[in-house]
Amino acid sequence: MSQTIKVDTLIKTFQVPEREAGLKAAVGSLFKRKYREVEAVKKISFGIDAGEIVGFLGPNGAGKTTTLKMLAGLLFPTSGQIDVLGYEPQRREKELLRQITIVMGQRNQLMWDIPALDSFELQRAIYQIPEGEFRRMRDELIDLLNMGDLVKKPVRNLSLGERMKAEFISALLHRPKVLFLDEPTIGLDVTAQRLIREFVAAYNQRYQASVMLTSHYMADVQALCKRVIVIHHGQLLYDGGLAGLVEKFAAYKTIGVTLNDPDLDLSEYGEIISNSKGQVNLRVPKSATAQITTRLLNEVAISDLTIEDPAIDSIIEQVFQQEAQVV
Amino acid sequence: MKQHLDLYLTLLKTSIISQFQYRVAHLFWLLAMMVEPVVYLVVWGTIATSQGGNVAGYTAGTFAAYYITWTLVRQMNIALTPYAFENRIRKGRLSNELMRPIHPIHFDMSYFMSLKVVTIVLWLPIAGLLWWVFQPVFTFTAWWQIPAFILALLGGFVTRFLCLWALGLVTFWVTKVSAVFELYFTIELLLSGRLVPLAIMPAWVRDISQWLPFQWTFGFPIDVAVGTLTGPQVAWGLAMQAVWMLIAGGILALVWPHAVRRYSAVGA
Repeated sequence: MSQTIKVDTLIKTFQVPEREAGLKAAVGSLFKRKYREVEAVKKISFGIDAGEIVGFLGPNGAGKTTTLKMLAGLLFPTSGQIDVLGYEPQRREKELLRQITIVMGQRNQLMWDIPALDSFELQRAIYQIPEGEFRRMRDELIDLLNMGDLVKKPVRNLSLGERMKAEFISALLHRPKVLFLDEPTIGLDVTAQRLIREFVAAYNQRYQASVMLTSHYMADVQALCKRVIVIHHGQLLYDGGLAGLVEKFAAYKTIGVTLNDPDLDLSEYGEIISNSKGQVNLRVPKSATAQITTRLLNEVAISDLTIEDPAIDSIIEQVFQQEAQVV
Repeated sequence: MKQHLDLYLTLLKTSIISQFQYRVAHLFWLLAMMVEPVVYLVVWGTIATSQGGNVAGYTAGTFAAYYITWTLVRQMNIALTPYAFENRIRKGRLSNELMRPIHPIHFDMSYFMSLKVVTIVLWLPIAGLLWWVFQPVFTFTAWWQIPAFILALLGGFVTRFLCLWALGLVTFWVTKVSAVFELYFTIELLLSGRLVPLAIMPAWVRDISQWLPFQWTFGFPIDVAVGTLTGPQVAWGLAMQAVWMLIAGGILALVWPHAVRRYSAVGA
């Protein structure tokens, strides 16, 4: 399958002015300013195939949004190569801009005071979408997102979830081949989050678009991404399947047991995460799981036993807490 | 060409719809803006009357014509201020525009053009009232005065728009440059004919202002309407507008590719 996004040893360095606190330092900085170089992205490389949805994960300040902005052509890389659909995004060629889109959960693109329908019309003119094609696509997207007559209300009167759906319609009217989604479900309720996820999956399947998604909601990532790229302190920590991430970074497993005697103390077998009326969850080192399970079965009267990987959220949290270790 | 026309008409239509959402706010804003020329008009009208009927050839009626036209020209040459540009860069609001396959200047141009459609509608009754109260005296010497005024008005807007956009680009290099903008607007106030007609200013001020863009965006269209300029003077003024459009447009074309490289898209 052809790659729509290719990133090779990408680096982005910012020059940040800095000074000590206080008046003396403030006056001093008038005459001599000190700058510090901050490497936000450090030699990362990856590729994304056509039709692939990739989760781009990292804690705040990891370099995710900086990378997305470079891929979208909003920021110039300090060094390294980026190729999106055969173009260098920083050149901001019209042919590329007509084929990509960026949706930012915390940023409105629609005009606030007029109905979304009027903003859609503006998108038609900006992207020069033929009238028939525009109407077909607009109605299809409105239908997919169950927006109905809501698109006739001024955007400022829509709820956050409705507004986000309208943002998606506006961003996809020109049928982009590459989608950069930066926290698209932030602040939305569970139902709206699910609807947006289903919509992104449907769009991806229907148009074979490549999607790069950043989200702090692991439910988004689990529902949409088979593959994840994890960065931390600007460095690439992991690039591979979601299942592989669990395998690589989950140092613990969770053993759940249902005890015949609810008062029995299991602390000698592992760290007790929860204990409710004989339903005990133990955290045990992954390497010792088999041995502890055997001991429990032989030494304790139990009616049920399960072994689970920890939740993806906690694995990611654990990854972020580790020192950067480039793969 | 057809594509650009479609884009501009749609942008204009959308912006006008958006503007009409706040027509009452526009009306009050317009009324507030009338205070400045009415003060000038009353002061200069009184001075003219006390000095035997005129000041440097301006009678109370000519001053009325000047400042009533002033109100229209002021509305017409409103453009994106560099302050707004600064805000846009500092808060990363340029990102949306940069993601579109069209230069951001077109959005601003169409927005301000649509603003004028709305304000002209609201301006007409206010101008009528000022006319009735102050009895302006216009001098119509030739038929071309009206098309020349329309051209000068449009030229003034485009020239000022391009100059301010070019000045706004400074914010890509220096994040807060309000002091520079203040200086620009102060010079503009003095040398554009906004504060007083340039004909009343000393000769050396008029000589300097000949070679700067300010008077061609403000005092010149007013003088064309009032009828104080000859044919060659009008032609010279239109040519000066064209020169400043070329200078500002050239600066924009040259600097923009370098400026946008410095955009840090902070907060967006």
